[in-house]
Amino acid sequence: MTTSEIMTLKTEPFILNFGPVHPSTHGVYRMRATLDGEVILDIEPVVGYLHRGVEKLAEERTYTGFIPLTDRLDYISPMSNNLGYCLAVEKLAGIKVPERASYLRVIMAELQRLANHCVAVGSFLNDAGAYFTPFMYTFREREKIVDLFDMVCGQRLTYNYMRIGGVSQDIPEEFLPAVEKLLDQMSRFIEEYETLLKQNEILLVRSKKVGILDREIAINCGISGPVARASGVNIDLRKTDPYCVYDRMEFDVPVGEIGDCYDRYRVRVEEMRQSVRILRQAIRDLPSGPAKADVPHLIRPPAGEAYMRIEAPKGELGYYLVSDNSIAPYRCHVRPTSLINLSALRDMVKGWKVADLIIIFGSIDITMGEVDR
Amino acid sequence: MEVSSDREYIYTSTELDRHEGQVIEELKANSQETIADPDAWLDEEIKRNMLLTTADAVINWARRSSMWTAICFPACCAFEFIAAEGPRFDLSRFGMEILRASPRQADLMITAGTLTWKMAPNVRRIYNQMPEPKWVIAMGSCAISGGIFRSSYSVVPGYNKIIPVDVYVPGCPPRPEGLIYGIQMLQKKISKARAVPDLQQIMSKGTSE
Amino acid sequence: MTSALSGEHMASRVKEKYPESIEESTSEYLVVKGDSLLNVARYLRDTDDLKLDFFNYVTAVDYYSYFEVVYQLTSTVHNHSIVLKTRCHDRDNPSVPSVVSLWQGADLQEREIFDLMGIRFEGHPNLKRLFLWEGFQGHPLRKDYLS
Repeated sequence: MTTSEIMTLKTEPFILNFGPVHPSTHGVYRMRATLDGEVILDIEPVVGYLHRGVEKLAEERTYTGFIPLTDRLDYISPMSNNLGYCLAVEKLAGIKVPERASYLRVIMAELQRLANHCVAVGSFLNDAGAYFTPFMYTFREREKIVDLFDMVCGQRLTYNYMRIGGVSQDIPEEFLPAVEKLLDQMSRFIEEYETLLKQNEILLVRSKKVGILDREIAINCGISGPVARASGVNIDLRKTDPYCVYDRMEFDVPVGEIGDCYDRYRVRVEEMRQSVRILRQAIRDLPSGPAKADVPHLIRPPAGEAYMRIEAPKGELGYYLVSDNSIAPYRCHVRPTSLINLSALRDMVKGWKVADLIIIFGSIDITMGEVDR
Repeated sequence: MEVSSDREYIYTSTELDRHEGQVIEELKANSQETIADPDAWLDEEIKRNMLLTTADAVINWARRSSMWTAICFPACCAFEFIAAEGPRFDLSRFGMEILRASPRQADLMITAGTLTWKMAPNVRRIYNQMPEPKWVIAMGSCAISGGIFRSSYSVVPGYNKIIPVDVYVPGCPPRPEGLIYGIQMLQKKISKARAVPDLQQIMSKGTSE
Repeated sequence: MTSALSGEHMASRVKEKYPESIEESTSEYLVVKGDSLLNVARYLRDTDDLKLDFFNYVTAVDYYSYFEVVYQLTSTVHNHSIVLKTRCHDRDNPSVPSVVSLWQGADLQEREIFDLMGIRFEGHPNLKRLFLWEGFQGHPLRKDYLS
């Protein structure tokens, strides 16, 4: 070819579809990526493949009858979803929760945070290429936590444990010794995990400085949770806007500096350590008393509206409830943590390659049940 | 190279969305009836007329002992399936540890999660791409009948409106032990089947891509 | 604790700058008129002692005679939050200005409201259905939706 022919060669961007069915554990998420060769120019997320109409179903069910539906929103951490909804209804109706119930809720929420971060870290490493081995390690720990939940409420995945005014039943006697045994094992497991992975060359090369999210963009998009904290936004709702008995607990909030994938992974592992710390304090201080306030099954909150937000393992989970003094909510809107965290994906992946797209997407930790509701 | 002139080229994402919407509406209109379960093997007459040869027994043993699953994981049941794959309830002792993303290399589809009308054409396509013999386990109550979401405007009331289902595993979500029991039932069903397939039966299952 | 700023206090602040824009204010929320929404929102985001830079969520509620679009904003600097609302009374073609130019996080959420409630957002770069498919008839979250 002559020089002039070579100069007229150019590449054209083409659109590649990352279909709703793909070999990761994140769910039915579809993206159309505009690529120039292997470099990503733009992505367009297509969601809605799991849209089940939960907000419309809320208007048909009673306030207590909606709790099982909240389990299925973010199905990796159902206890947090239950907790957020019950707190929102209690704020709307002005119900006071007994102290033992608040401590039990904190114990369940922190155990759920441990279980969720096990899955998040495991699937992040799965996306990074360490196929199923770290996944199996973290699932071994998750099985122990899920066994504890099985002991309390009889279910492994969709617990339906919190009720408006407290929790549905008190814990059995063997629960607290089992939790203490788990906490010892968990501390040792986190140390073992760190030894294997903290200085692993492949993980460092694949995730350091990859997918950096600026602090300003994070605040502008409304990102919350470990993704925002890794970018330097020092906001943890358990400290800035405490609910239940978190104001009596002592714990640190891990904050990252750069906001790359490695920071997000480190923030999650540190949060697991802090959860162990909170759990030890909650078990030590657990008072006796009723586990549920005297609230009727069919409650009629007075007309009005309320928004209550909690620090779910993925970020700020909020419920906006409007009531018109009937037995069903007039409008129930779930602030979708994962959908809002997803809106930063475009800024994070521009200029990176296709393999990096997978690892960046895995580091945000998304559950499609929450995106699509 | 000549490109045929009747092929439709879609370039913008709006056109892609519109095309997808058309496909979904067509599938919704055609899927109002339940597809019959493939339980012809239960029929007494066929059992009497059917002689299982040694070749059949060996082929059935090979098929049921190493079923490879195609990925179809919309929702929460996926996590119970993954826990079943995990170190505690080990599915690889049944030969099923391979979770291939490519449906061309799979023979079992475990449908773990709620099916929405938007996802339905994709599931049908994955099912069509699987080579024969293939089986489907409907896992969880959303897969059997739409479950807790049945009255919603966008949920398909059960996978058997779209694809024929062999085994139904109830639960919300079913425990991994329950799923393993369902897989063992499917293995019993396979061991009683004729190894050489019936062409009529395959043609009636629908078109393949 | 994140303090919730009272709507009446916010109304008095906003009235200094944009006197025509307030429609209603209670102790919990502030309702502004649709056409002055962008100006009020920009004022709330950029004034130094308010600095409401974190966009919590936007959602819409169908009260049979009007639609109400609800925004919640929080400040990461001062740790306070407000609830801002706007109403549209037109049932057939409801329309509200979009705040995507101020907060990027409103993008996908406004598409969701368009999909499920049918409210158009003027100025949105890519307003199309998010959860349901093109060709779906109707907007399901409306109170008069018949499936």
